Formats: sequence, structure tokens, C-alpha cells
Amino acid sequence: MESFEPVIVAFCCHYCAYTAADMAGSQRLPYPSNVKIVRVPCSGKVDALHILKAFEKGADGVYVAGCLEGDCHFKNGNDKAARRVDYVKRYLEEIGIESERLMMVRMSAGMGARFAQVATEMTEKIRRLGPSPIKAAAA
Amino acid sequence: MITAERKPLEEIIDYVKPFKRILLLGCNECVTVCAAGGRKEVGLLASGLQMAMLKAGSSIEIREHTLERQCDPEYVEELVPMIDGADAILSMACGCGVQQLAMRFKDKPVFPAVNTKFMGGSQRQGVWDERCQGCGDCLLGITGGICPIARCAKQLMNGPCGGSCDGKCEIGEDVECAWHLIWERLKALGLQDRYLEIMPAKDWRPAGGAGPRKIIREDLAE
Ligand code: SF4
Repeated sequence: MESFEPVIVAFCCHYCAYTAADMAGSQRLPYPSNVKIVRVPCSGKVDALHILKAFEKGADGVYVAGCLEGDCHFKNGNDKAARRVDYVKRYLEEIGIESERLMMVRMSAGMGARFAQVATEMTEKIRRLGPSPIKAAAA
Repeated sequence: MITAERKPLEEIIDYVKPFKRILLLGCNECVTVCAAGGRKEVGLLASGLQMAMLKAGSSIEIREHTLERQCDPEYVEELVPMIDGADAILSMACGCGVQQLAMRFKDKPVFPAVNTKFMGGSQRQGVWDERCQGCGDCLLGITGGICPIARCAKQLMNGPCGGSCDGKCEIGEDVECAWHLIWERLKALGLQDRYLEIMPAKDWRPAGGAGPRKIIREDLAE
């Protein structure tokens, strides 16, 4: 377990988290390479199926990163994403995957430091939880 | 539309676990609109089932397919080329679709993946309310367009009962009293006189009380 390197998929909204990741880069703020970013036009674009497929294909953790409250470029895609994340969390529990492996986070485009912090915290959390039970069963 | 909700995954797993190859079928009609059994829900269930089975140490082969309508034989016929490749069928359609499949494929076990709930209308995104019980003798023309059969807990023909309070039904604060709504609506339409007419006891035979119902349209039936 010592050498376990989690695979984490981060669905990042183009207007906030994705730009924040860029910002983290230009500020030379390090964050774990475990986090694989998928850019989406809005966090509201992230479907339950995208999240599920990420777990099915071997992700140990997934997070959806959308804009701060009231700041969605498309009015309320971030709130819809948050509700969808809650829904998928309940489904994950039914499947037998710990719901902590999925998370909704919010940030603005200027929050490079927050992006790096979230990526680090999520990686640490998933490292503590160990490999996803699906990945473990498939191995 | 006919509304439905997915069954708990545990129950679905119990149905399918003795089988290796499952044909998972959605329906493009009502269950798609109420987000219970359309193409997307088929994808979600397939993915969830695959993972849950894998975790339990077994594996399952799932073929996903969504029919235009599961309650019509001409669409069910589309499945003929796929059926030999499946040990069992799991249907996300309403009970009508499930039974259509069971009738057509007599040697295949067919299981429901959803609980069919009621005939309802969409109130807003993600919220559906019961509106019709298919009683076979529509009263809406005399009750101001509000159904006391589907919407009054006691199915009163001459309401409200004594439990009506501030427009709410005694069964719960979030349930509107159908008879209160009927009265308000008749008043708004200037049709209060209707309310004074005593409605006779309902004949429940057309509602299914005389056995399963059937419609035969001579001009269409082959
Ligand atoms: S309170 Fe209204 S809706 Fe409820 S049972 Fe009585 S008449 Fe029917």
C-alpha cells in the first residue's frame, strides 16, 4: 500500500478550475501529478455517466470543480453539478464504492493556490482510502 | 406519462446474478422523460451493475439497448437478432414493457429494473405528481379539471372531508386537498352550482373492478 499512487480524475470547468490550474502552473505552485484534468465547458456538463465511467475505468477518486456560488458562466450549472454529485454519491454507496471518493469543489479562475490545495488534499485522502474497490477487484 | 423509479441495486443484482449474459433494455418513451429507464439510465445501470458484480467477485456481460417503445410488438420484434445472445432480459421500461417482452420471448427470464409508479405530470424539472388513475370514466369535466380519484386520498366523490385544513389534506402538510382545489377552481370559473350537485357513488367496473380492461377499435384491429 506504501507505493499506492491513486488515479484521480478532475472534471474542471473551463471558466474557473481549469484556469485556476493554469494559474497554479504559472505561479509555480506544485500539485500532485495523480490528478488528471478533464476540461469541460461548465461543471454542469458533467453527467452522472461520466463520473461512473471514470470509476469503472479505474479511477480511485473523482472530483468535479465548478465556479463559486452565483458565479456560473451559464447561470447555475455549478449548482446542478453539485446536486448530480450528491446523487452519484448515493449510487456509489449502492454499488459498494465509498462515496468519499467523489467530491464537488468550487473555486474561481484566480484561485491557483486553492486548485493546488484541493488537488493535494484529494490525493492524500484517496491515498489514505487505498485503491478503489473496483480496481482492486479487477486486479 | 407513466412514471417509474429504479429499483434498489441490491434487488436488481439478486435477479440477474444467476445469469452470465444480460440484455439490458431501456425504453424511449415515458421512462426516458421521467429519467428512470431511458438510454442514459441504461448506461448508468449497466456501469453500476458491472462494478458491483466485479466487486462481489463475479462478472457479467451486459448488452445495452433502448427500444423506441417496449409496449409495442413491432419494436419488440427488433430484439429477435439479439435474444439468443442473452440468458436473461432486464427491462427498464414500465410494467407494460416488461410484460410485452415476457409474452414475446417465452423461454427467456425477464426482470423489471424499475418500479412503475403512477400516471403523472411533470411539475418542474425532476418533480412528478400523480394526476390520473385511469378510472375509465373521466370526471374532470365536472370537477374543474382536478381529479378527486387520483388526488384525494379517500377518492371522495363529494368532498372535502373533515380533514381538509387550509387547503391541505390531512394525510400530510405537503399534500394539497383535491376538493379544496376543486372548489377554488369552480369558484374562479363561476361554476359553484356544480359543486352543489351530489355525485352518485362511482361505478368502479370501468376502473378495473370488472377485471382487466381492453380496448378494441374495430376500424384499426387486424
Ligand atoms: S383532506 Fe381533501 S384530499 Fe384529503 S382526503 Fe379529505 S377531501 Fe380528500
